[in-house]
Amino acid sequence: MREILNQSSNPEIIKPMLELVMEKAEMFKQRFHRKPVFMEVCGSHTHALAKSGIKQALKEYVRLISGPGCPVCVTDQRSIDSMIELSQGENRIICTFGDMMRVPGSKYSLMEERTKGKDVRVLYAPTDAIKIAEDNPEQEIIFLGIGFETTIPILALLMQEAEKKQLTNFSIWMTTKLVRPVLEYLLQSGEVALDGFLLPGHVSIVLGEENYSFLVDDYHISGVIAGFEPAELLSSVQKLVQLAYDGEAKIINDYPSVVTKKGNSAARNLMARYFEECDEAWRGIGTIAKSGLDIKPAYRQFNAKLKFNIKQQEPRKTKCRCGEIIVGKIDPEECPLFGKACTPRKPIGPCMVSDEGSCSAAYLFMRGLG
Amino acid sequence: MCVGVPAKIIEKHEYSAVVDVMGSQTNVGIIFVPEVELGDYVIVHAGQAISIINEQYAKESVVEWRKMVDARNSEPIF
Amino acid sequence: MSQTINLAHGDGGELTHQLIQDVFVKAFGNNEESKFDAAIIPVQQGKIAVTTDSFVVKPLFFPGGSIGKLAISGTVNDLAVSGAKPLYLTCGFVIEEGFALKDLKTIVQDMADEAKKAGVLLVAGDTKVVERGGCDGLFINTTGIGVLTKETETVPSFEVGDDVIISGTLGDHGIAILTSRGDLGIKSAVESDCAALNTMLEKATAVSKQVRIMRDPTRGGLTTTLVEIAEDFGVTITLEENAIPIKDGVRGACDLLGYDPLYLANEGKAIIVVAHDDGDKVLEAIRQLPEGQDAECIGKVTDTSKGQLLIETPLGVKRALHRLSGVMLPRIC
Repeated sequence: MREILNQSSNPEIIKPMLELVMEKAEMFKQRFHRKPVFMEVCGSHTHALAKSGIKQALKEYVRLISGPGCPVCVTDQRSIDSMIELSQGENRIICTFGDMMRVPGSKYSLMEERTKGKDVRVLYAPTDAIKIAEDNPEQEIIFLGIGFETTIPILALLMQEAEKKQLTNFSIWMTTKLVRPVLEYLLQSGEVALDGFLLPGHVSIVLGEENYSFLVDDYHISGVIAGFEPAELLSSVQKLVQLAYDGEAKIINDYPSVVTKKGNSAARNLMARYFEECDEAWRGIGTIAKSGLDIKPAYRQFNAKLKFNIKQQEPRKTKCRCGEIIVGKIDPEECPLFGKACTPRKPIGPCMVSDEGSCSAAYLFMRGLG
Repeated sequence: MCVGVPAKIIEKHEYSAVVDVMGSQTNVGIIFVPEVELGDYVIVHAGQAISIINEQYAKESVVEWRKMVDARNSEPIF
Repeated sequence: MSQTINLAHGDGGELTHQLIQDVFVKAFGNNEESKFDAAIIPVQQGKIAVTTDSFVVKPLFFPGGSIGKLAISGTVNDLAVSGAKPLYLTCGFVIEEGFALKDLKTIVQDMADEAKKAGVLLVAGDTKVVERGGCDGLFINTTGIGVLTKETETVPSFEVGDDVIISGTLGDHGIAILTSRGDLGIKSAVESDCAALNTMLEKATAVSKQVRIMRDPTRGGLTTTLVEIAEDFGVTITLEENAIPIKDGVRGACDLLGYDPLYLANEGKAIIVVAHDDGDKVLEAIRQLPEGQDAECIGKVTDTSKGQLLIETPLGVKRALHRLSGVMLPRIC
């Protein structure tokens, strides 16, 4: 199996595939007098496209816009400030994914708070937070629950464990995001003209291929579910170009080895048991109705937002244009801070912090060639 | 959006399993893939196996890529 | 003698003397040079090279080495990559009260073993004991003194086409440390590469008079060290991603955590930039030693007018590489 998987980065396959995509895109250009435009919704796609060099190689052939699929980047500044503010209380252990550590709050980042002596722990597996809660009964353990549909089931699993163990010192600060509402927002706002979506492979594991039929039925736009290795990405971009060339709107599951038609129902059921839809604020967009999940009232004892009284303050204003970047309105290079005041070492906006943020990918992988 | 890593199940318990990624091992939860078996490859995200990799489909994808590459040299593309 | 170190071991009295005799002299020997307040060593012809480094690794023992081995090899390597022949080392210990004597003995023995292997003498030392919580177990500082056996140019003259050689697989130390800490729940058979490289580097410079520069890619990894070379000397170095040797175990752990092996620390690897004509000779010479058996040519100097580091991906696309920005953290996205 490992050998089969390794084929996805075999130069003998991926080099001619890249040329094939270029040729097809050239044909598109001849027919429509413009480059085809696609949005890669997922931040891991942004990262993989830039790291492998696909984005750079296709620059003159296909316009690939990075979409709102980096959980850290789309989180509203007020939520970020609130999560950092949580670390200020006494007897608290903040548990988080590494992604959140360097995100700049209006005042500090969690990394800076840890340096000052606050107990902030980076976990690889969120379920470790349960053990931390059991081992530290005198402390309040708060998990910072960010993520899309791939990660939310794992937050639901935390809820299940906490419920089973009747923990009274454990809670989650939920600020999760759902894919469909933001795609619909983008399509309805009409701010970005697209020929199709490169759909997120790992979110689709949970959601399933059928979840995307609304793209074709309601908006007549294509979507191809893609994997993350070079051959997988090139194959999916090639399919998007072909659909656009043919003027066809269709959903293609181009990651069938892990994505099924119906998705992972065990994961969705667990989500449905503990969480319910809520309005969520997205950076640069504002509130989108029913675009996130929050803890159901029956489980309010695990809801950190209800347990701790955090006053949300008006965030510090910066010239950061992450909000426009995540919806594809502008490219990172068009932000006046990009690469100057804002770099991965001293980030001003979240898109520069997260490894999969568009600004970070543009800074690390696209900049400085020549 | 989400890092997901292919990993092989080398030890299976009721709710968890030990997976191997090219010689590095870690514990993962398998509650979302209850039907998983020893030797299967899974996609791991944040310490949980979230999908079983279907070997047949994985092979078919490779065959499709190879065909794409071969066809490019012999036929007009549109 | 008690089984743990206490504050009295550091007060200069009877216990200090006992500690020095039982632990340090036993392992390091009692050199003629060391009988005074300062070590007296003969002056050699030419120039001397001096370097110092402090070691605060956690855990103190890890697969493939210990803080003791590291404290010797790290300083020896800093001398060796500078073209100096390492001769003498001094060492300073800061020990936390309550530290197990048994562990101290093991660490000191590791130092003695590695020093012997590298052919260097430990000529001066100091021990301080701090209160519990004053340090994390044990810190070691070593200072190294070496001689430059031949005139080395201070500004190397790079040429387009020069080979960039790495003496082995990357990221082994970083992953060994990370997995032995255990807090991320990842197990790995990867061992730290920590080793003194002076013998290997002497071989390299013996077979080629056209070695431009040597560096050891420690903290920040291969990328950070090469970016420094590129920027300091205004050369473009282009790496070939597929040629870079990385152990599967390192790759696997990196995949799981979202780390990049090119930024992980190494403690037993050297980068050697050498004229293309001599590249194969150097490779052949260093591959004969265990510490250089996986050596590969991983790239070239491609321009001498612009300081940057590029990498050609398996897709054949070039992109720029930059220094590590901030610590690496496990990520979900």
